[in-house]
Amino acid sequence: MKFTRLLTGAVLALGLAGTAIAEEKTKVGFIYVGPIGDGGYTYEHNQGRLAVEEHFGDKVETIYQESVPEGADAERAITQMALSGADIIFTTSFGFMDSTVNVAAKFPDVKFEHATGYKRADNLATYSARFYEGRSVLGVLAGRLTKTNKIGYIGSFPIPEVIRGINAAYIQAKRVNPDIEFNIIWAYTWFDPAKEADAATALIEQGNDVILQHTDSTAPSAAAKTKGDIITFGQASDMAEYKPAPRVSSIIDNWGPYYIERVGAVMDGTWESQDTWAGIDDGMVVIGEITDRVPAEVKEEALALRDAIASGEQHPFTGPLNKQDGSVWLEEGQHADDDTLLGMNFYVEGIKGTIPQ
Amino acid sequence: MDLSSINPILLLASLMVAATPILLAGLGELVVERAGVLNLGVEGMMITGAICGFAIAVETGSPVAGFIGAALGGALLSLLFAGLTQFALANQVASGLALTLFGLGLSALLGQSYVGIRPPPTAKLDIPLLGDIPVLGRIVFAHDWMVYFGLILTLAVWALLKLTRAGLILRAVGENHDAAHALGYKVVRVRVMAILFGGACAGMGGAYISLVRVPQWTEGMTAGAGWIALALVVFASWKAGRVLLGAYLFGGVTVLQLNLQAAGVDIPVEYLSMSPYLITILVLVILSADRSRAPGSLGRIFHASS
Amino acid sequence: MRPQPSRMWVYLTPLMAVVITMIAGGVLFAALGKDPIEAIATIFWEPLFGEFAFYYRPQLLVKAAPLVLIAIGLSLGFRAGIWNIGAEGQYILGAICGAGVALAAYPSQSALIFPAMIVAGAFGGWAWGMIPALLRVKFGTNEILVSLMLVYVAEQLLAAMSLGLMRNPEGHGFPGSRNLQHYEAAHNADLITGSGLHWGVAAALIAVIFAYILLNRHILGYHIRLTGQAPRAARFAGVRPNRLILFCLGISGALAGLAGMFEVAGPSGQVSIDFNVGYGFTAIIVAFLGRLHPVGIMLAGLLMALTYIGGEIAQSNLQLPAAAIQLFQGMLLFFLLAVDVLVQFRLRLKRTEVA
Repeated sequence: MKFTRLLTGAVLALGLAGTAIAEEKTKVGFIYVGPIGDGGYTYEHNQGRLAVEEHFGDKVETIYQESVPEGADAERAITQMALSGADIIFTTSFGFMDSTVNVAAKFPDVKFEHATGYKRADNLATYSARFYEGRSVLGVLAGRLTKTNKIGYIGSFPIPEVIRGINAAYIQAKRVNPDIEFNIIWAYTWFDPAKEADAATALIEQGNDVILQHTDSTAPSAAAKTKGDIITFGQASDMAEYKPAPRVSSIIDNWGPYYIERVGAVMDGTWESQDTWAGIDDGMVVIGEITDRVPAEVKEEALALRDAIASGEQHPFTGPLNKQDGSVWLEEGQHADDDTLLGMNFYVEGIKGTIPQ
Repeated sequence: MDLSSINPILLLASLMVAATPILLAGLGELVVERAGVLNLGVEGMMITGAICGFAIAVETGSPVAGFIGAALGGALLSLLFAGLTQFALANQVASGLALTLFGLGLSALLGQSYVGIRPPPTAKLDIPLLGDIPVLGRIVFAHDWMVYFGLILTLAVWALLKLTRAGLILRAVGENHDAAHALGYKVVRVRVMAILFGGACAGMGGAYISLVRVPQWTEGMTAGAGWIALALVVFASWKAGRVLLGAYLFGGVTVLQLNLQAAGVDIPVEYLSMSPYLITILVLVILSADRSRAPGSLGRIFHASS
Repeated sequence: MRPQPSRMWVYLTPLMAVVITMIAGGVLFAALGKDPIEAIATIFWEPLFGEFAFYYRPQLLVKAAPLVLIAIGLSLGFRAGIWNIGAEGQYILGAICGAGVALAAYPSQSALIFPAMIVAGAFGGWAWGMIPALLRVKFGTNEILVSLMLVYVAEQLLAAMSLGLMRNPEGHGFPGSRNLQHYEAAHNADLITGSGLHWGVAAALIAVIFAYILLNRHILGYHIRLTGQAPRAARFAGVRPNRLILFCLGISGALAGLAGMFEVAGPSGQVSIDFNVGYGFTAIIVAFLGRLHPVGIMLAGLLMALTYIGGEIAQSNLQLPAAAIQLFQGMLLFFLLAVDVLVQFRLRLKRTEVA
């Protein structure tokens, strides 16, 4: 482990030198999986970075690297940021988990934050957002707004994060409108505008008049715009350019407050490794403006659910709930625990189709 | 499972839309390869066309201007390839790959200020009366004009190659450049023109994605369509009519699998996605047993002194 | 006497290309509002001699090794006029097969696992390369196109593996296999910690030496060169074209497979949907930049690695957009390919003189 010490030594030396020159500017690094111009996932993380810059002004310096591939390249990118004197580094995609763990072990004095992962260390915290809370709210809108009672859902990959969202939306949509059915397409990509647009088109042509998506581009909204009276929702970012319709609302990943808080903690020296899974109440998940396309009472109902979830009054997964095969999952009044949610690999009762394995 | 929810008429109609970008790019590449040049930079030219078309359509408010701009942008980029391969005599495979890399970078830079903007809509060619014919009307007569442009271009390329003297020269150059040169044809000039045509077509194919099919600009939005166009040309065994067929098949597989999923059919998506490529290989094998094969000089460097 | 000047040009032109790229790139960076000299210096100087060169130099090896290993295999075929452009697919298959052995043996710590992975990785790439080879030999099918098609098939297979068969049972349902870095018997670790020298780097070096000897000292190498330069003469010299095709596609497949296996067991660590990052395609460019010469390929591989790593540093330190770096690399390749014309003209002039 001589190498480790060498690296650390270099960082310390640089840190000291840097302090003398830069008057304790805190250096904050971000590693992005996509381009900052993707209009969705990475775009919002970058908005978070800009919020940090705006909030702390001269006291911080932020750096980022976009479109970083997973694996060896990610590890090098993170190491490089640590070497160049970053005090805290946010790695913003699940695929960076092991790379972040490796680098964190080599730089004990640098703080690391990994999004959506589950591996932590003394200098490595994890954070993620309870997007499913937002999806519950969209579920209400979807269930109320559909005229054909068919709701289309474009999923990326069949992983717990996405399945959780489908279940959350379905439960609420079914509650407000027992006649609905969900039709799910797995696109097997996070980002392929043409394919996402095709998927939306396929759903629309089969009579789905509300489209929910868990892929990152605005293509489904763009496609829906040309297809008549269709309802869509912004995903990851507000996608406001499709207001007031087809986009009637959105789930926004609002990372800014969290980033500001954590960078602030580094400045105060109060930073500690922790696991954050924040939702609507912390402001990490924001429901975007509900447009006038939505009837006032439906809007109110959706906002009421949002507030109930935020206040803790209502949990998106509250029993009685059965799994798809009819077996009991949650008893009356029981809430789903986080472990089950994190590893969710089943549909709730009523959703048709099987999860591809 | 509810297959009845799939409307075959709408399916065919959206299949035509999904097929148009690769049809355009494929036709361009067909002409290039028929001239004996292998340009692997289709993806780079498509994405460059996508942003050029998008930017010009947004700035001028005219989708027509956008498509023209896309064709110019794609052709301009392909000029780089032409210079490298025809004048500097660089290897075509390497130059094509470099072109893709360059095009992806260039388009992302050009597109930075166009993220999150909506382009002007491309007009539907709603032909009165014809569009109202049941079944056929919706499939055949209710598209945007670029779909028809693709069909006309298919016919034009077919006629050019088959019926005209220019087509004959082009094919001669592609089959045996030394013999063509001996006959006094300007091999390099023919090839440069073919490459420019290929670039223009690829550019329009890319613009169709950013202006009609999606419609918006995002980095890397062609997501591999250029490579499919390359496969398409091979699948079509270098015949224009079969490019059309192949484009519908390739586009069709994607649209069909999405539709089947939407209808609740459990299908192994990854394995289905392989099928166009496996079919292409199969077609290649059958063709190579047959007489019709790749242009004789495909990918080979020509210089007059040899 | 005569070869001397063109030799000199062969060495000089790549340097010229780099200089031209620096100028054009400088203009580009200046247009983006960055200090061009600082940007160029960051890309070319920082990884080699900068403050943290002790970290970047080993990383150059890590990045260059798969490129060189694949390019060496490809160059043999390219010299003989056999065009394997599907190395990306062979790379993926090598990784899948190599990782498959490790994952099947998990958690055994047998010393045989790593050697078995090497064999499996080479076999996977070889088998994937043999498909176009056999089709070419049996049916005369164009190997350029078949090998390219098989890349997409391999990519779909990779996605299927990451989501299905090889998915990490302890991975909370996320796609991707177990991390082989945490599985000692299968881990392709640095031979000397922190040096970047893993088995893949060693294999790349061996491949360079092996290819050099093969091409210059062995009858098979002579056959390869002869087939590329004068196919008809080669037949008279007793070259059996079909065996040459099988050999060239087989060896390039096997080397690409090895590269994939070393990558998945070492720097990358796991089979995931986005495991392949284009080494197979970049290696084609590397092979040509190296003028299909083993030593040239090694240098070209290192140069490519330098632009990757230097480009990343420029992105992070100077906040250059990733697209600008991509564009810069594209320019470098264009210029490197374009300066060939100077060598060609020289050769041709020389030839005319002789005649």
